[in-house]
Amino acid sequence: MTEPGLMRIVGLIVARELRLAVRHWDQVVQPLIFFVVVTTLFPLAISPSLNELRNIAPGVVWVAAMLASLLALESLFRPDVEDGTIEQWALSGQPLSLLLLAKTVTHWLLAGLPLVIMAPIVGTALGMPMSVWPVLAGSLALGTGCLSILGGIGAALTVAVRRGSVLLALLVLPLEMPVLIFGARAVDLAMHGEAVAGPLNLLAAMLLLCLALGPFAMSAAMRISLE
Amino acid sequence: MWLWFYKLASPPYAYAMAARLRPWLLWSALILMAVAAYGGLVLAPPDYQQKDAFRIMYVHVPSAILSLSVYIILAVAAGIGIIWRIKLAHAVAAACAPIGASFTVLALATGSIWGKPMWGTWWEWDPRLTSELIQLFLYLGYMALRSSFDDTQRADRASAILAIVGVVNVPVVKYSVVWWNSLHQGPSISKMAAPSIASPMLWPLLIMLLAFMLYFAAVLCDRIRAEILKRERNASWLNALAAGT
Repeated sequence: MTEPGLMRIVGLIVARELRLAVRHWDQVVQPLIFFVVVTTLFPLAISPSLNELRNIAPGVVWVAAMLASLLALESLFRPDVEDGTIEQWALSGQPLSLLLLAKTVTHWLLAGLPLVIMAPIVGTALGMPMSVWPVLAGSLALGTGCLSILGGIGAALTVAVRRGSVLLALLVLPLEMPVLIFGARAVDLAMHGEAVAGPLNLLAAMLLLCLALGPFAMSAAMRISLE
Repeated sequence: MWLWFYKLASPPYAYAMAARLRPWLLWSALILMAVAAYGGLVLAPPDYQQKDAFRIMYVHVPSAILSLSVYIILAVAAGIGIIWRIKLAHAVAAACAPIGASFTVLALATGSIWGKPMWGTWWEWDPRLTSELIQLFLYLGYMALRSSFDDTQRADRASAILAIVGVVNVPVVKYSVVWWNSLHQGPSISKMAAPSIASPMLWPLLIMLLAFMLYFAAVLCDRIRAEILKRERNASWLNALAAGT
């Protein structure tokens, strides 16, 4: 029997992930609800005045997106490692890095993309003008991509650790800080009407770096966790 | 020709070698520290702008340089361990981590103390300070990941991956004052140009840097011996050594 090509395998993985997500959509939507709830906390804690909230809105939206993506990482690898699927992938003879990348990209479609779509609405609730929406969505799209891959590396490292969710956050957040810095800065610059090309280009560069090298780190970490 | 290097991968040999090197490293470090301290605190003239407050540089700069170079040593050792499967390389990486973290804390603390009279603030979220703080988090994350595995081999390999991924922060810290408009001053010592720092202030700094490096090597010897004891506690050579003494 001829071996299936890589494109077909990636397509099978994406289809599997999407099918599983549709069956458990209530679990898929939980990080998104967390995102909205966290951004609601800030007006309650700081001040209901939109003028004050407008100053911190880029940062708040970005931090909430980072925390929501951390929560979503729990469902990235753990269920499949526990029931042995990833072990079969590692034994299959196909490049594990590509299989894990396909899984991570689909995870981004389910966890990161909803954040990108929800962010302008939540930002408006914090006083952001509509003119900033494209930069907000663009920076978050690039940023959540990086967060998914960096988070995937951390998740692969900690999937075999008991109660490893806090450790995951501790490992992944320092690596994600540059993404946060440039992402929030881009939105902040847009709010003041200044040029955003600098931070956005850096975000895109970081995403490319993560896409190029992240899968190898993920597969090396996963093989260690599967032992 | 490389026999001396290959021998270092053997735990009993490394254990004995570390014991032999440690007094030389430690004493030369302490003597050079004394020399550099005298040069820096007594001989060097006060800075025309900062007066005497600049003298904390003699602790701050070497510890900051070491906080980064120890991480590189850690990552290289972890890489050697994972590529060539040399267990002792993983032991070196594990031994480096607490020392590097301590140097990072020292750099942040002395920098903060220096910043209060100079910049008027204990802390500033500028690129160099922020990336050095991220460096501390990377060290702490490495130690946390290592301690979360019961199996030593798994702990070694997983933390090695984390260490290698984290190397990307080291050039960010080093070049943060070049790439961004930072409150922290730019590089004064460069490989190509003449240093922009006066000579009587420079030589104690270089000697102090060498002293800190020798001190790091001495502490590393102690920690490597402790790691070897931990990992090889059931080995026959160690039991023979303990029975013989």
